[in-house]
Amino acid sequence: MKRLFTVIPYAWLIVLFLVPFAIVFKISLSDYAVSIPPYAPTLDIAGGWQAVKDFLGELDFENYVFLTEDALYWKAYLSSLKIAAISTVLTLLVGYPIAYGMARAPEAWRPTLMMLVILPFWTSFLIRVYAWIGILATEGLLNQFLLWIGIIDAPLGLLNTPTAVYIGIVYTYLPFMILPIYAALDRLDPSLLEAAEDLGCSRTTAFWTVTVPLSRPGVIAGCFLVFIPAVGEVVIPSLLGGSDTLMIGKILWEEFFSNRDWPVASAVATILLLILVVPIVLFQRQQQAAREAEQ
Amino acid sequence: MNRISSFNIVSLTLGFAFLYIPMIILVIYSFNESKLVTVWAGFSTKWYGELLRNESFLAAAWVTLKVAFFSSTLATILGTMAAYVMVRRGRFAGRTLFSGMIYAPLVMPEVITGLSLLLLFIAIGLDRGVLTIVLAHTTFAMCYVSVVVSSRLVSFDQSLEEAALDLGSTPFEAFRLVTIPIVAPAVLSGWLLAFTLSLDDLIIASFTSGPSATTLPMKVWSSVRLGVSPEINALSTIFIGIVTVGVLIASVVSKRAISRRQAEELAAES
Repeated sequence: MKRLFTVIPYAWLIVLFLVPFAIVFKISLSDYAVSIPPYAPTLDIAGGWQAVKDFLGELDFENYVFLTEDALYWKAYLSSLKIAAISTVLTLLVGYPIAYGMARAPEAWRPTLMMLVILPFWTSFLIRVYAWIGILATEGLLNQFLLWIGIIDAPLGLLNTPTAVYIGIVYTYLPFMILPIYAALDRLDPSLLEAAEDLGCSRTTAFWTVTVPLSRPGVIAGCFLVFIPAVGEVVIPSLLGGSDTLMIGKILWEEFFSNRDWPVASAVATILLLILVVPIVLFQRQQQAAREAEQ
Repeated sequence: MNRISSFNIVSLTLGFAFLYIPMIILVIYSFNESKLVTVWAGFSTKWYGELLRNESFLAAAWVTLKVAFFSSTLATILGTMAAYVMVRRGRFAGRTLFSGMIYAPLVMPEVITGLSLLLLFIAIGLDRGVLTIVLAHTTFAMCYVSVVVSSRLVSFDQSLEEAALDLGSTPFEAFRLVTIPIVAPAVLSGWLLAFTLSLDDLIIASFTSGPSATTLPMKVWSSVRLGVSPEINALSTIFIGIVTVGVLIASVVSKRAISRRQAEELAAES
């Protein structure tokens, strides 16, 4: 039975997760063509070995050369990594105090606090990004509020700026940061803190020398869960960012749906995947180590 | 750890205000008379009426529910199997690749998953529609299910299964009569998670659907790109309402399950 249970999900993931990457790579080596599907060459197995050889002969790295020549693409990769990195740090700065507050809250509050963090995560991502359009717009509620209390004289242009993208990412990814940090803090043995304080540490020193190092696995997991998907984000830069906010996910989307250039979109995806392989493998190692520590 | 300071209270208050105020504003403005989303012009429920009369929204909602139901059910079956293998079957050839394929989809940018699945469906000549979205959603949702279920499997006492085997049950009976009932709450929450993930997905559905199948997020996306609209606020409010009720019910049910388990443990000890 164990064998059957292994084979079915294993085969499913190979066919629908691994094989598709090979196809993306193959198409990234093809050329754009006005046909259905919009790329050439297509492999005709019926033609036998000769057809396969012809097919392989027509593949080349032209699209990758094109990506390096057009500054738009590498600028978009760099700016996606930058936006994702800054947003991850901001999410950590906002999320850690919340997770810490939850872990110190009385036992009876915790299930409710936990539910309050999870609830937005279950609510539609698209809706939560959409909510910020009305808040950040020039006639939006934030500007109305700031004008009313008199902090500013003229409305701020917040929507369609990088700031709006940061706010969007921090807002939507916050639960992914809070939950692993809270899980790590919740497991922390309170007697360690008592020991530190008995040995003369102030509460602040105890926090920095005991709590923070022991919550590290949670912080690392949270940062991966925010950073990796944020690099490829499409919805947030499209709805909140301006035309000058370059993000590679949005470019891939437009290359595919507007320009219908599938080979270039595939090359963009292949490079994005190569960039993300290192953090993805590190994340997976960390998860496995955490699981083994639990067992 | 339960000595809550004023700093903790302030950070919790600000944090939850940040998480909830945008959604509360969204809900309030769904009852706005005016078409302008940022100007309050009195209470009205007319946008809900407009929404219910909008047949393309209703059709999209039906497609979305169908896709979510089938994909979450398939994902739960496959994900539970995968979790069982990950936790119970020590080392085997290809285990690293297997766990890699379970964890990678959790963080993989959706544009990559969506594009790669679409190219697969085209390569094998599968017509794009409800079926292809179901296959795509099952693939990423099963990984979430497997993470949820395996955390429950890790924490339960394996000697219960061994006892069943010692008492003469076949491995399949032990799985059906011992393992399944114990992991059932986790399997159910895995199913709910898969269902919501499918309801919510825009990117992967956009890549893998054809002209015959438009899901609700795709519909919302095309209207939101043109700017804010009170109809979308009304739709969001309905969605937030359903999720809130669902999460409340789930938390009450799990609280009952925990107290029942505690009572059983106490009874067993005495």
